[in-house]
Amino acid sequence: MESFIQGRVYKFGDNINSDIIIPGRYLIYIDRERLGQHAFEMLGEGFGDKLRSFDILVAGRNFGCGSAREQAATAIQGLGIKAVVAASFARTFYRNAINDGLPIVECPDLYAAVQEGDEIRIDLEAGQIRLGSKEYPFPKMPESVRKILELGGLAEYLKTQLQA
Amino acid sequence: MTIAEKILSAKSGKSSATPGEIVEAFPDLVMSHTATWRSASVMQRIGATKLYDPNRLAIVLDHISPAKTEKYAADQQTSRNFARKNGVTKFYDVDAGIAHLVLMEAGHVLPGDLIVGTDSHCTIYGSLGALGTGIGYTEVTSVWITGKLWLKVPESVRIILEGKFPAGVYSKDLMLHLIGKLGADGCGYKSVEFYGGSVSGLSVSERMTMTNLAMEMGVKCAFVPPDDKTAEYLKGRLADFGRYQPVWADADAKYERDIPVDLSTLEPMVACPHEVENTKPIGEVTGTHIDQVFLGSCANAKYEDLVVAAGILRGRKIHSGVRMIVTPGSKQIMLQAMNSGILQTLLESGAMVTNPGCGACAGDGGTLADGEVCLSTANRNFIGRMGSNKSQIYLSSPATLAASAIKGVISDPREFVTE
Repeated sequence: MESFIQGRVYKFGDNINSDIIIPGRYLIYIDRERLGQHAFEMLGEGFGDKLRSFDILVAGRNFGCGSAREQAATAIQGLGIKAVVAASFARTFYRNAINDGLPIVECPDLYAAVQEGDEIRIDLEAGQIRLGSKEYPFPKMPESVRKILELGGLAEYLKTQLQA
Repeated sequence: MTIAEKILSAKSGKSSATPGEIVEAFPDLVMSHTATWRSASVMQRIGATKLYDPNRLAIVLDHISPAKTEKYAADQQTSRNFARKNGVTKFYDVDAGIAHLVLMEAGHVLPGDLIVGTDSHCTIYGSLGALGTGIGYTEVTSVWITGKLWLKVPESVRIILEGKFPAGVYSKDLMLHLIGKLGADGCGYKSVEFYGGSVSGLSVSERMTMTNLAMEMGVKCAFVPPDDKTAEYLKGRLADFGRYQPVWADADAKYERDIPVDLSTLEPMVACPHEVENTKPIGEVTGTHIDQVFLGSCANAKYEDLVVAAGILRGRKIHSGVRMIVTPGSKQIMLQAMNSGILQTLLESGAMVTNPGCGACAGDGGTLADGEVCLSTANRNFIGRMGSNKSQIYLSSPATLAASAIKGVISDPREFVTE
């Protein structure tokens, strides 16, 4: 995992639930590619494809609420999205994202300031997001969580633990 | 300490726990449902072969059961073989019903237990005083192997219930009222405890609806403190009643806030498309067209829920323009409803009855076409959850559902319920 995550932002509102991110009928899949093909399709045909031209999702409060389905995080990765920044996350999505190797950051100030199409740079190590000339701080992740993200998720982390 | 603090400290071998603290806790039970094959595939992929303790696993094949495609069949086969190979005795196949209800009926949920599982509505275990919370399938694999997981100790909130429900108003209406008032993250990350003079009068079934729906305001877990009704429910379900050891909050426990509710002021409530927090009193939605009603889900397909609906439908017919699908929550519930004549009442009124399980709530049968409207007793009305993204889902109590099925439009149950 790179320390800097940089790219163009797509902006959602509050309470984007995990049924919207990936409908239940696709939970028969666990791989990024196939889940990515159906991500956000409830929001209209071609919506997921539109998101592929962005790099980072920014959302309001309670992103990923609802079902505990881990594939919500996997599907977002399947779209080529590199990170999600939200004013707040639902706890199940928060855990699933880390366990799936998808970097996530809680930063309500950035949410308030950013517009669709803006370029931002997330510095996970420093706990800062740069938008234009301004820096937006966020609480740094615990070392253990960063370790899981660096390895690409909990499965890979467990694998290294088993081999140790 | 609050109930959540007590359970999390006990399960992590500590004498205390404070909100914000991260603990490494050992759950008593790890529930996995239809997602089991995914956790099993992770286990295989990382080369793990040994479970921490097979007795702590519970597997219930409840979503999309019985299998409707070869893919589902193969996945269920994987789950079944995994259970057999690893000596998982708490295994319930596609005939049993919804995991949460099956596990509570079977006596696998005790006050003070820490239970994690592949389902957000694990919060329902708090109806018996257990801390239940949802996790993803990879994390389930991790707990299977290591026996533990990290958990943040939540702040706790008290919801204080006074007064009595008016006729036609139920715990579902209470929860829709709270979710509407507080919002989908109104209790985000919090542990909720229900108190007040009204709680002792609420049945275990009503408590299940409360702790289940609490998820829709973002809770980590929710509790009804164990009392005589809890003990009565578990008596006969536990092989050894000596294991019944309630955990209560201390008198000096600290709460983030208290939310008082006077039940006598509540009305029947309906959640409108496409968010649960989009609630309205029944009067504002009366007359809304419906094509289908679904009496099912872990929120409201318990025996008492079927009794309430049947009480309204007895001797009446549902409207010719409405399809009514009844999916009992579990086989035990279905048997009880069969023996007491409830199923017959429902069938004679024009309803169809399916096998127990998650059914239409998880998109299995009862799929909605473009433009169709369903009134459901489930806990989620998210866009496209039951089919087309141009369909609409409203949520209500079983009583509102039954009244609406008769009238063919969303209707006030108080016309049919007088006491």
